[in-house]
Amino acid sequence: MKRFLLMTGSVAALAVTGAVAQDQQLTIVSWGGAYSNSQQKAYHEPYEEKTGVEILNEDKSANALAGIRAQVEAGNVTWDVVDMLQADAQRACDEGLILEIDHNEWLEPAPDGTPATEDFIEGTLGPCFIPQILYATMFAYNTEAFDGEGPKTVEDVWDLEKFPGTRSLQKIPQKNLEWALLADGVEVDQVYEVLATREGQDRAFAKLDEIKDNVIWWTEGAQPPQMLADQEAAIATAYNGRIFNAQVNEDQPFKIMWDHQMFETDGWVVPVDTGNLDLIKDYIRFATDTQRLADQAKYISYGPARKSSAPLVGMLEGTDIDMKPHMPTNPENLETAIPFDVQFWADYGDALEERFNAWVAG
Amino acid sequence: MASSTERRGTAAPILAADGTPLKQALRRSQSIERRRALALVAPLLLFILIVFVVPIIAMIWRSVYNPEIREFLPQTASALQDWDGTEVPPEPVFQAMAADMIVGVENRTIGRAAARINREIPGARSTMMRTARQVDEWSAPYREKFIEADEDWTNLEFWRILKRETRLLTPTYYLLALDYEYNAEGEIAPRPEVYQVYKGLFFRTAWMSLLITGLCVLLAYPVSYLLATQPTRTANLLLILVLLPFWTSLLVRTSAWIVLLQQQGVLNDLLVAAGLVDDNGRLRMIYNRTGTIIAMTHILLPFMILPLYSVMKTIPPSYLRAAKSLGAHPFRAWWRVYFPLTLPGLAAGCILVFILAIGYYITPALVGGETGIFISNLIAQNMQGSSAQLKLAAALATILLVAVLLIYWAFNKLVGVDKLKFG
Amino acid sequence: MALPAYATTAERVWHHAFRVICGLIFFFLIAPIIVIIPLAFNAEPYFTFTREMLTFDPAGYSMRWFDNLVTSSEWTSSIANSFIISISSTILATALGTLAALGLNRRNMPARAVITAVLISPMIVPLIITAAALFSFFARVGLSQTFPGIILSHVVLGTPFVVLTVTASLAGFDETLIRASQSLGANQSRTFFKVILPLLLPGVISGALFAFVTSLDEVVIVNFMAGPEQTPMTVRMFSGLREEISPTILALASLLVALSIILLTTLELIRRRNERLRGMSPG
Repeated sequence: MKRFLLMTGSVAALAVTGAVAQDQQLTIVSWGGAYSNSQQKAYHEPYEEKTGVEILNEDKSANALAGIRAQVEAGNVTWDVVDMLQADAQRACDEGLILEIDHNEWLEPAPDGTPATEDFIEGTLGPCFIPQILYATMFAYNTEAFDGEGPKTVEDVWDLEKFPGTRSLQKIPQKNLEWALLADGVEVDQVYEVLATREGQDRAFAKLDEIKDNVIWWTEGAQPPQMLADQEAAIATAYNGRIFNAQVNEDQPFKIMWDHQMFETDGWVVPVDTGNLDLIKDYIRFATDTQRLADQAKYISYGPARKSSAPLVGMLEGTDIDMKPHMPTNPENLETAIPFDVQFWADYGDALEERFNAWVAG
Repeated sequence: MASSTERRGTAAPILAADGTPLKQALRRSQSIERRRALALVAPLLLFILIVFVVPIIAMIWRSVYNPEIREFLPQTASALQDWDGTEVPPEPVFQAMAADMIVGVENRTIGRAAARINREIPGARSTMMRTARQVDEWSAPYREKFIEADEDWTNLEFWRILKRETRLLTPTYYLLALDYEYNAEGEIAPRPEVYQVYKGLFFRTAWMSLLITGLCVLLAYPVSYLLATQPTRTANLLLILVLLPFWTSLLVRTSAWIVLLQQQGVLNDLLVAAGLVDDNGRLRMIYNRTGTIIAMTHILLPFMILPLYSVMKTIPPSYLRAAKSLGAHPFRAWWRVYFPLTLPGLAAGCILVFILAIGYYITPALVGGETGIFISNLIAQNMQGSSAQLKLAAALATILLVAVLLIYWAFNKLVGVDKLKFG
Repeated sequence: MALPAYATTAERVWHHAFRVICGLIFFFLIAPIIVIIPLAFNAEPYFTFTREMLTFDPAGYSMRWFDNLVTSSEWTSSIANSFIISISSTILATALGTLAALGLNRRNMPARAVITAVLISPMIVPLIITAAALFSFFARVGLSQTFPGIILSHVVLGTPFVVLTVTASLAGFDETLIRASQSLGANQSRTFFKVILPLLLPGVISGALFAFVTSLDEVVIVNFMAGPEQTPMTVRMFSGLREEISPTILALASLLVALSIILLTTLELIRRRNERLRGMSPG
């Protein structure tokens, strides 16, 4: 009995100390892996050093929208700052789940005094959204999986005879349906128009059917580099930063295929009714200034969302590898790129995800 | 006199020591006993009711409770009650919509109503949000202005869905959970084939669980028989081989199967080394149905062996010998004498394994890929992700719960839950 | 089941074939668990036996994954969390479950069948359903992402085992022992502590062990309910198995196998002691 009392006592004490320490803590939700690591180095560590605030990381960004919905509905918000995709942020904002942001009040101007609203790349700021990076999703392959040349275009990915082997795709309809239409001969500027029609959707799924038997699916960003390394897959879609990391840190013989890369923005949002707003604002002001965004590019090859950060991007930390050619925003890599249509997916996401999930499970 | 005492004896109650009638005293002491017994059970019973039963009832309630439209578009909801659904609604409905939108933009709740409708009509979200942003600059009459701003406001389907969803209680999520939906005419109809998934998953969950149960029977029966017929010491030693996996973490056993079955794994390496399989033709035994079946059979096998063994232990081996010495063929002797005696253990094991199997989540999630997942995995999927539908998850969970409880009830009738033994 | 001398050839063949089949099934049961232990000592980050390992070259083996396990703060803190959660929930579950089992075993217990069914139900209801229900409920009362919330939900999962094992040990209980103790002049509490409890203890302990293992092993509920400060080792293992499998997981897995061997031995010792106490022959 004594032990029982001791135990419950210690549990209660834990809960209490947790509550007291809350003021000096920030719970930040992000993607985990190499990406969280870059944020840790570029944002969290210097901020903790400067202010003494303790930052708790939670790797739940893959379920950020559902998580915020559940927390706001239950009236018990425990996340302070959430790293989120722009399309999800748009929906969360419409549904009143995250704070509306006055960008010029919240954010530091560029070093030359340019206000934040003009410093961030056009179209990336949302009413509730502060972008950090532009990242690309594209195909990559293990050069050892092919005897001769590897695939060069999205059509090649669908060519199972010339480029045999397993494909690894992300288990979401986004981007896969666009690539399927491109491989089927739809023009870049027509993709979303076609995909908005029933016939276009049928066409995209029919094209995916062609390779379905040779596809394994991934759900976490860390998986595709691992699948390529283990040769469980010959070609995989992936986030460009993860492939870059495997190339330089693990010396993997991977090659990125920039053809029809799809780029989008990822950034911060703040749930409504969350903890200490002053502290949150202070953190965000620090973490999104010109230098910090440029610093992140020392650790991962994602393009900073501020124009003023671009000239500061240099070498990969601890090496002499120039980061610029590895950025999705590098002009050469952008030639056939498609901007990811946030509006389209906010409207058609539910329906297409349902259909996609049914198709995958079937 | 004697006869009168006798008569009094039957009429007057027998008294207890303290003078109260015995029946009453007995009843009182029994009710004290009952209360004592209940008092011992009460803490746990209350705990389970509050922390388990109430949350489950709340979940079932959520699967039918549908307040979004009433809450976020209250005036429109009441204005639509008189609308007959044959043509574009009249001015009062649009006026109500405009009023709701102004409030909804102010409170930032309009997006939730829009998100609800967008599930049924892709694009409705944009239409509503765009109009909502302009509506405070307009004045009555609103109908033309809405239609002028966006042709979609004349879409009858939109208004019909809106009216349908003003009901506070809705079967919508149960229809979805069984691959049905309301069609444009408001009738219940099967969903287009490309959206159908749940009914198939329920069936798959059921037949794969049956298959796993069957495999467990096949593997458990001989082993249990061997255990039951060995001397105690040997049996106890062999039993360790069953109990060790039983006590080992589910995650550990699942990771063991990943290690064994994956393409660069131990089993494939062995096959390649033995020359049975080409290095490029490594077998795909995991992240599909095969993976789920192998791993789950392994994990659930002890649940079949233990009840079978405990029943077989009680069957005297002399029965079989007697049957054989009476001239029965060994198989016939076994089938007619031994097998029927093992049925209680078999029934307990089967129902236990089946009930555990249909609710499995972790193992299919880790080794099932796409073709080896169970309905639980879709429940989890509907609780996460950006298209999460908590209410659909609640409806799917309720259907699964009802199925499990029915089997549990049958099990209780047939075998009795207190007969369950572990270890 | 030694073969009698008069067995026919067919019976002899069947007899041996049967033993081979059983041997294979036992192999199927135990091999996967044994195989991960040497792999946890692999010097390379692979999940298969390397050439060096097969030739027993010491260079093929290393302790690096165990080192990684005990030096990485992520792993150590999550292991600590796991034990905080499972020890607290075991204590609560054992107390509540034992009391309830004592009540259920009383002769005058009303509605015994229904109440037993309710108390056992958390064991029958699929975990994902419990997780879905508790997740929303605890979020509403402010207990999600807290230790008390997770512990309470594990108490729910653990109590059925305690109720079942204690009830089972009470079922074999000889009531005359109580009367004997009382007629020899022991009062109620003395009877309870000196006669009932020692006989009950094996049931209580095995119930507690079940509750402990259930909580230690649980992934589904904690996956939805745990915040970064409560993350237990199972959640780390689960996400590790989904994302980038590292042999560190195998190191932890082999430690858990060792733990289950210890638990199994404890249970066996208790069982033997129990049978001795009751005057039954072992077996």
